[in-house]
Amino acid sequence: MDDAKACLTIIAMAGVTYLTRSAPLLALAGRTLSPWAIRLLAHVPAAVLAALVAPALLRPDGRLDLGFGNVVLWAGLASFALAVRTRGFFGPVALGMGIVAAARFFLG
Amino acid sequence: MQHPVASLPAQGVFKAAVSLTLPIAMGYVPVGMAYGVLAGKAGLSAVNVLLMSVLVYAGSAQLVAVGLFASGAALASIVATTFAVNLRHVLFAAAMSPLLRGWRKRELAAFAFELTDESFALHAARFGRGDRDKALTLTINVLAQASWVGGTALGLLVGDVMGDGRAFALDFALPGMFLALLAGQLAGPSQVAAAVAGAGLSLGAAALGITGYGALAAGLLGAACGFGVEQWMTRKPA
Repeated sequence: MDDAKACLTIIAMAGVTYLTRSAPLLALAGRTLSPWAIRLLAHVPAAVLAALVAPALLRPDGRLDLGFGNVVLWAGLASFALAVRTRGFFGPVALGMGIVAAARFFLG
Repeated sequence: MQHPVASLPAQGVFKAAVSLTLPIAMGYVPVGMAYGVLAGKAGLSAVNVLLMSVLVYAGSAQLVAVGLFASGAALASIVATTFAVNLRHVLFAAAMSPLLRGWRKRELAAFAFELTDESFALHAARFGRGDRDKALTLTINVLAQASWVGGTALGLLVGDVMGDGRAFALDFALPGMFLALLAGQLAGPSQVAAAVAGAGLSLGAAALGITGYGALAAGLLGAACGFGVEQWMTRKPA
């Protein structure tokens, strides 16, 4: 992708991102979403995040890999367990990156 | 009892903002660096890499986009994925809305531009204990974004010596962030059902070779499953 087209893509990304952040504050000021829409919307983050992360963990090279050599999967499980326990954000990410980096350093 | 807080003197605001933003910045600088390194390697120009941190300012969406840029994805699929990943901000903004009653439109517009997972968590906690200073709120947001853009610039600078970043596990930054965000979402069985359905459908789509919008569609269907489970659990006895 050339620089101009990438720049255009970034501006469009910024537009949709700003929409998600500003719409409830600006457009909805004083009004509220229907309870039905809020409940549906409330389930979008968990489902979308899981849908995006599952293939990254279980199909790191484009095919299913549940083996011991799939270090991203095991590091991911450790990260996730720590995040569930501590509700932290950067700690679990750092833990997982440390596991992956260490495994690659020591196991090659 | 609520004191009518006299606005803090400008220097006091800045000092308070620095100390409140520090924990956020300690996360944003290294993750911003990871983004800067990976985005530089994905073939984006340095200007575009920085532009994304200035205009989009959403870590996980930016890292997904880098992967999509690298794989030559089309504009529409990058923008649609960004939208889906950032939809959670709607909930943060909706939760902040009553707390920001009385703010002017242009102040709300500025606040919204820098609303992230971390700034939301910080402001929700601050407002909860009665600290509603407007200048402090906006200064925190600007400092947090400055640390993100600064981290991005550092990543661009050190990118050359990092190789492909695999030795530093930079490729784990995105799945790691998604997992941490996901853990924060799993309050209750219907959220777990949404996540399991989203993950299962996405893996199924991948196994069938449905790429591109497959994961996105799986996520939206998963959300509908979670919503259905919640409706079923809270149904009124006939």
